Amino acid sequence: MENVKNAVRMENITKRFGTKVVANKAVNLELHEGEILSLLGENGSGKTTLMNVLCGIYHPDEGQIYIHDEPVTISSPKDAFDHGIGMIHQHFKLVDVFTATENIVLGLKGHLDMKEARQKVREICEKYGFDIDPDQKIYNMSVSQKQTVEIVKVLYRGADILILDEPTAVLTPQETDKLFQIMRNMQKDGKSLIIITHKLHEVLEVSDRVAILRKGEYIGDVPTQSADQQSLTDMMVGRRVSLNINRPDPVDPKPRLVIEHLTAYDELGVKRLDDVSFTANSGEVLGIAGVAGSGQRELLEAVAGLYPVKEGTIQFYDPKVDYSDAISKRNIAKSILLSIITLGVYLIYWEYLLVKNIRAIKKDESSCIGEMLCLIFVPFYSVYWWFTRGKTVKEEFASHGCTATGNEIAYLVLGIFGLSIVSMAIMQNDFNSLPPEVIQSNQQNASNKPVNLVGMDPMSIRKAGVAMSFVPEDRLGMGLVGTMGMTGNMLLRSWRKTKGLFVSRKEPEAMAKRIWQELEVVTPSTNYPVRRLSGGNVQKVLVGREIAQEPAVLMTAYAVRGLDINTSYTIYNLLTEQKMKGRAVIYVGEDLDVLLELCDRIVVLCGGQVSGVVDARTTDKREIGVLMTQHRGGADNEA
Amino acid sequence: MKHKEPLIYISKRESLPWQKSWMIRGIAIMLALVFCGVITMLLTKLNPIEVFSTLFYGAFGTPRKCWVTGQKLAILLGISLAITPAFKMRFWNIGAEGQVLIGCLACAACMITLGNKVSNGLLILISLAASLAAGAIWGFLPAFFKARWETNETLFTLMMNYIAMQLAAYFIIVWEVPKGSGTVGVINDQTEAGWLPMIGGKRYLLIILLIALLTVVMYIYLQYSKHGYEISVVGESRRTASYAGIKVDRVIIRTMVLSGAICGLMGFLLVSGNDHTLTTTLVEGRGFTAVMVSWLAKFNPIFMVFTSLLLVVMKLGATEISSTFGLNDSFADILTGIILFFIIGSDFFTTYQIRFRRPHDKRTAKAEPLQPIPQSEPQKEVQ
Repeated sequence: MENVKNAVRMENITKRFGTKVVANKAVNLELHEGEILSLLGENGSGKTTLMNVLCGIYHPDEGQIYIHDEPVTISSPKDAFDHGIGMIHQHFKLVDVFTATENIVLGLKGHLDMKEARQKVREICEKYGFDIDPDQKIYNMSVSQKQTVEIVKVLYRGADILILDEPTAVLTPQETDKLFQIMRNMQKDGKSLIIITHKLHEVLEVSDRVAILRKGEYIGDVPTQSADQQSLTDMMVGRRVSLNINRPDPVDPKPRLVIEHLTAYDELGVKRLDDVSFTANSGEVLGIAGVAGSGQRELLEAVAGLYPVKEGTIQFYDPKVDYSDAISKRNIAKSILLSIITLGVYLIYWEYLLVKNIRAIKKDESSCIGEMLCLIFVPFYSVYWWFTRGKTVKEEFASHGCTATGNEIAYLVLGIFGLSIVSMAIMQNDFNSLPPEVIQSNQQNASNKPVNLVGMDPMSIRKAGVAMSFVPEDRLGMGLVGTMGMTGNMLLRSWRKTKGLFVSRKEPEAMAKRIWQELEVVTPSTNYPVRRLSGGNVQKVLVGREIAQEPAVLMTAYAVRGLDINTSYTIYNLLTEQKMKGRAVIYVGEDLDVLLELCDRIVVLCGGQVSGVVDARTTDKREIGVLMTQHRGGADNEA
Repeated sequence: MKHKEPLIYISKRESLPWQKSWMIRGIAIMLALVFCGVITMLLTKLNPIEVFSTLFYGAFGTPRKCWVTGQKLAILLGISLAITPAFKMRFWNIGAEGQVLIGCLACAACMITLGNKVSNGLLILISLAASLAAGAIWGFLPAFFKARWETNETLFTLMMNYIAMQLAAYFIIVWEVPKGSGTVGVINDQTEAGWLPMIGGKRYLLIILLIALLTVVMYIYLQYSKHGYEISVVGESRRTASYAGIKVDRVIIRTMVLSGAICGLMGFLLVSGNDHTLTTTLVEGRGFTAVMVSWLAKFNPIFMVFTSLLLVVMKLGATEISSTFGLNDSFADILTGIILFFIIGSDFFTTYQIRFRRPHDKRTAKAEPLQPIPQSEPQKEVQ
């Protein structure tokens, strides 16, 4: 290893933000010429900061950078380019309406010859095996092609040190393989590469050496041959971590959410969901796989009532237990009210009949008492009458000085019948005007009919008693209010519950404290703005709140995106816990390894369509990868 | 080793305790005053101490001046309170000027057309209701268009100002007294019909008390009510709001109606309680100044008392300076401008911190205690 030349050497790099945060602390990093180096670390370990220092976005507070063993000062991205350093960022910076070539030459100085440029782009593509058309517009390109344009752009400018920041996050397994092949081609050509990724198997697959950062410090480097997933994780976290996701078998799965023929368009009229059908069962984790932008977001938002649905149904089957109590209470109250009304009407009717009879037949002064007795006893005797076939009622009438004729007995019977029919009709009618949750239970008890969520907004869904939680992809832009503390964010779910004009912060405060403790959220107080928390803690607040709603269906979108291994496993465990409580968990994920390990079944989306539903225990990455890119390809795999 | 390190670093602050941020603002005001003094000295050759004492004399010199300051403060604070809910919702309502003016117009209309026809108490009630309604309509329109068709509320509210102004100009001509003067004069000068009564023999006491009450109510409304919570969520992110089941459109319209109605109330107080006349410039641009008051106080009604006091004192004091020393009126504007510049500029220092390049050796020595990272045995368990 003595005659290895360094493409980059970073010496004692320290970068502070403010006075408290040390993002990089005396980091030493070497990148040999012609190697692929993986930079590994948890969230907040300073990987991106370090690379931004190298690219001239940040200036280090201390330390020195050497490029090809020459000390240099990089104070702007242009400086970095001049030294042959190019970074491919996670978020592409391309102009949609330009072609690939136009994007590549954009920002270059000097005389512009498009013909020559196009030729040069072609040459680069051929040399490394890129598969793009220089004249294709960006908006017509797939994510992977856009990424390719970014790489070509960097190569075009003559970079020989390339930094790729999580390039595989948006790719399918097949595209990832292709990217790795290209990376190897570049390596053969003498380029030096740094790849940042969270996926350990990729690290092992593509890199020569792994450098590990932890909490801003440089921990060390290992040759890839002598590393495995476990050892890398341990180095990254600093202690032994179990890398297994516990996946118990589903207990008594029942359909909870049945989606049929769901079709939705965005505001520009582009079809985002195309005839999507699947079922989410209670007690299981249903994975949703797909290349980014295949309709995952739209699907979950449509279920949550946040995205307009054109066609199809979303049927929610309520677990009866959750509502039976509230409903029976309401029913009892209604029944009592109705029976009082019935009784009243009934009494008036009989008063009329009896009084008429008594006056007609017996005109003595004792009739008053007889009347009253009749009025009081008739309802009871009428019940008795059902069992004794009217015999005793007649006798009783007589004993009170009232001789009811056969006709009048018939009136009595008819009256009871009529009134009970009328009251039933009223009852039925009344139920239809009851809150949906009661109707729903009523219908469900009668015919097990579910609630259709299509056309409902989040508030009416909640009012309908549909217990559904949603952890959206955009945590701070949709799930949480960044400027509020944990308490304020708990309120987001419960602010409507309290009566009166004012919000009550007591209950949310208690909930916030509970989540703070149970999920070990790192925050100074429950009123500290969640925007200032780290990504993992933000997600803990959001997931914690959604789970605390005790939902029947829990939907999560990219629940572990950007989270480090430790927090990710916390989230996986929480989801599995929910599943074991009999809840239907929907997990939209991007890491196929995790999907395969965590979920029971996986729905694969491709271009807004369901291209297959597979059993996660029997399928593999290849199969899902194929489904992810192939419309309706494996639709027969319905599990 | 060559050093091309930048001279200054600018980085965002983590957070700042409120005492410290107010201290920074305090320093900014002091600096502004010093700077004003220097400018005054250079331009006018006057003694700055004398100028400043004149400034304070202008605002607090006599009991009458104090009352005027109180009244000006009340009106400005009231308008600021009116726009605050909208601003908290990130609805950039810069139409307070028009909303107040239309309130003034409605009040004046009632006073002129119904004066002496109904009893005084009823007239006051009617003009109050009319002012509230007029302001509410002026607030409702832009909100409705925003909620329905996503129109730009800034332009919309701005344009509504001109409509209000033109309407006022038209009616002033319709009602002008005496004919040809182009003004309406003092409305109901003889009968004082529709004038708000004086309490305790003090002309401005009622308005000041009303606004004090309004401040407290607005603080509670924004801080503790469900509506206030909805407003903050909608202001933060509309997507979060609809995720939480808040009907965003309804909140926008409701809040703007409230905002406009309070502006209308201010219009009523101006005409019925204070000026008893109607001109197109009755609001004196306070609808715009209010934006500054509200913003400087970070939309907190209690802080707004101080920011509006500052602006009012500056304005009155500067006018006093220009009249005492025989300076042009614009000189007052220059001083106010300088002070505002410093206050707004101080915001930069509360959000960002600035560090200068330090000598190399010193830096390393100072860096040591800044390392909160616990040393948890590295790479021991790994080969």
